[in-house]
Amino acid sequence: MIDKTNLPAPHVALFVTCLVDLMRPAVGFAAVKLLEQAGCRVSVPKAQTCCGQPAYNSGDRADAQAIARQVIAAFEPYDYVVVPSGSCAGMIHAHYPALFAADAAWKARAEALAAKTHELVSFLTDRRGITGVPAQLNAVATYHDSCSGLRELGIREQPRQLLRSVAGLTLRELEGSEVCCGFGGTFCVKYGAISDRIVADKVADIAATGADLLLAGDLGCLLNMAGKLSRQGHKIDCRHVAEVLADMTDTPPIGRGPVEPL
Amino acid sequence: MNAPTAPIAGISDPSHGPRSPSAVGHGVSHHFKHNADLALKDAKLQVALAEMRSSFRGRHDAARKALPEFKALSDHAKAIKQHVLANLDSYLERFEAKVKEAGGQVHWCNDAAEARDRVLAICRSTGARSVTKGKTMVGEEIAINAHLEANGILPVETDLGEYIIQLRGETPSHIIAPAIHVSKEGVADTFRAHHTDLDPARPLTEIPAMLAEARGKLRARFLAADVGITGANFLIAETGSSVIVTNEGNGDLTQTLPRIHIVLAGIEKVVPTLEDATAIFRVLARSATGQEMSVYTTVSTGPRRAHDLDGPAEYHVILLDNGRSAVLGTEFEDMLRCIRCGACMDHCPVYHAIGGHAYGSVYPGPIGAVLTPALFGLDQARDLPNASTLCGRCESVCPMQIPLPRMLRQWRERSFERHLPPARERWGLKAWAWLARHPRLYRLATATAARLLRRPATGRIRRLPLGQAWTATRDFPAATGRTFQEQWRRRA
Repeated sequence: MIDKTNLPAPHVALFVTCLVDLMRPAVGFAAVKLLEQAGCRVSVPKAQTCCGQPAYNSGDRADAQAIARQVIAAFEPYDYVVVPSGSCAGMIHAHYPALFAADAAWKARAEALAAKTHELVSFLTDRRGITGVPAQLNAVATYHDSCSGLRELGIREQPRQLLRSVAGLTLRELEGSEVCCGFGGTFCVKYGAISDRIVADKVADIAATGADLLLAGDLGCLLNMAGKLSRQGHKIDCRHVAEVLADMTDTPPIGRGPVEPL
Repeated sequence: MNAPTAPIAGISDPSHGPRSPSAVGHGVSHHFKHNADLALKDAKLQVALAEMRSSFRGRHDAARKALPEFKALSDHAKAIKQHVLANLDSYLERFEAKVKEAGGQVHWCNDAAEARDRVLAICRSTGARSVTKGKTMVGEEIAINAHLEANGILPVETDLGEYIIQLRGETPSHIIAPAIHVSKEGVADTFRAHHTDLDPARPLTEIPAMLAEARGKLRARFLAADVGITGANFLIAETGSSVIVTNEGNGDLTQTLPRIHIVLAGIEKVVPTLEDATAIFRVLARSATGQEMSVYTTVSTGPRRAHDLDGPAEYHVILLDNGRSAVLGTEFEDMLRCIRCGACMDHCPVYHAIGGHAYGSVYPGPIGAVLTPALFGLDQARDLPNASTLCGRCESVCPMQIPLPRMLRQWRERSFERHLPPARERWGLKAWAWLARHPRLYRLATATAARLLRRPATGRIRRLPLGQAWTATRDFPAATGRTFQEQWRRRA
């Protein structure tokens, strides 16, 4: 942990992502805990919905721009924007500026936001100097590198570094960890059969590690892999890496009951 | 019209094999999803694709890592092509002048039909009855084989992979490994079916045995051919040469033995100097097969000179545009840097799942999904740019640093502007986007959805009526009940 006694706590806006908000709020709370442990003041802007990636990747540029403007306006007052997803962070970081290539005023605002937007785990290591976490989990885990985080943001070593500090956790490398899981946003329903073929190969590689826990930094990929593991009857748990790093693994794994009444 | 050459003893006429639908259309299929479903259910194809996945694993990576300056070479190779594309007209004119100086001829062809007619006219000028062919993707692009066959001239593929698929009546499923969809056993079966004099007792399980079998048949074809057609990896402006790289040496026999050598090349293949070509070679083979260099690198300059011991009497270069010049100066120009190494398809999860034929296009995989709409029209190929997870692995392995995901998105934008996606898809997207632009209503909708998607006992959903594409083969992990936003406001 860095010495934060003399530094003002940076004000971080958490972009929780539409999938975490809807499907697995625990990841959002894990992100808040990790950010607070790293000496940040965390806010959750109320106007957030989605980063606009489904529109952007479907060719609907006008809607992608409209949503991006809304995100920029809601998040630009903060010191940093942190996202528990390489895909959504990549959208803001790598693609928002390109979306406004022909609009100088919005391009400048998009670039400013892009410069201070980070994926959660790489923010902890690269911006906050975190080298370890006070977490404990007795498990053999393997890690899948989600595509956007890996190739748009260069996230590879950071999650492994922090996971190695988790007491009781053994990390086993996944053959082809850099190969797509077949989720691809709307791809997984537009081309469901192809998506399924890809995730079936991924699941075979996961099972071959002998791990009992699959971790990744993107909930979309995790829902896809967890769903396939579950349908094939594998007993491999799936969690977002933030849950383990935040020592918040009391909740059932992804796609496993039972959960508390509302 | 000449009658086709009589088949050589012991080999059935390849032109009588069944042609796949995509070969007949020599372009693009409207039935991508249907083709993909068939490919996924094709057990033999899936075996071949699994072999491909495991044999490619790590091969390119190792070749790149063995050369620490790979990135610098790739930057240099990219810069050469960028420079050429910015000055394409002058380099092509210089190339033409040099070809003429060496005694050859250059034929500028706007489209596939012009190129086909020109090749046929050249073949007829010498009364050709059979034509040997080295591997040429432009030959596939203009569907030259079907045109020659229809006009009584027998084309014979001499690249082993191309030879196999010609016997099978298929088109290439990969730009450098045309028969990658055929397993070893499939090759043996194909030879036994077509090489009618092949002793059934002779084992045909190892690749050298298959190679020897093909060589034995092809030798006579090489000697009988009146015209040899090759592609070109590079056209050299300073010398008027065409250059091919191969691993089998078939290209050399194809272009040296017959009376006429025809080179088929896209206009983007020109580079200023031989030195520029050698710079790009260094990334080409490593990205294609993982080799440091291909086995044969063959440079051809003009026809046979008086003191040459061998070589063709005539040397022709067909320069094909076919949609390429229209891409110059647009946001799609980067695709013209492609050197056809195939690395993008070798690393594409979608290609790995369905193989090349399902794309229904001469050029499959990520580069095919970008090229096909440019060469054949977007309405012919709407599915191709969409059928990608945009995982970005193609761009990361492309030695020419072509931003493939960006261009796939650009085609999606063009497609959306032209209302090509189904209405259901467009309106669904519009409705979702409208909701995403109204945060209060969005929160209400997600709070409702989070409850509907809750399964407290099992935590998973076996069947979603509107999500069959997912739940037919995968469980859908359930929501946990309250959205993060709801819980956060409650906590605050």
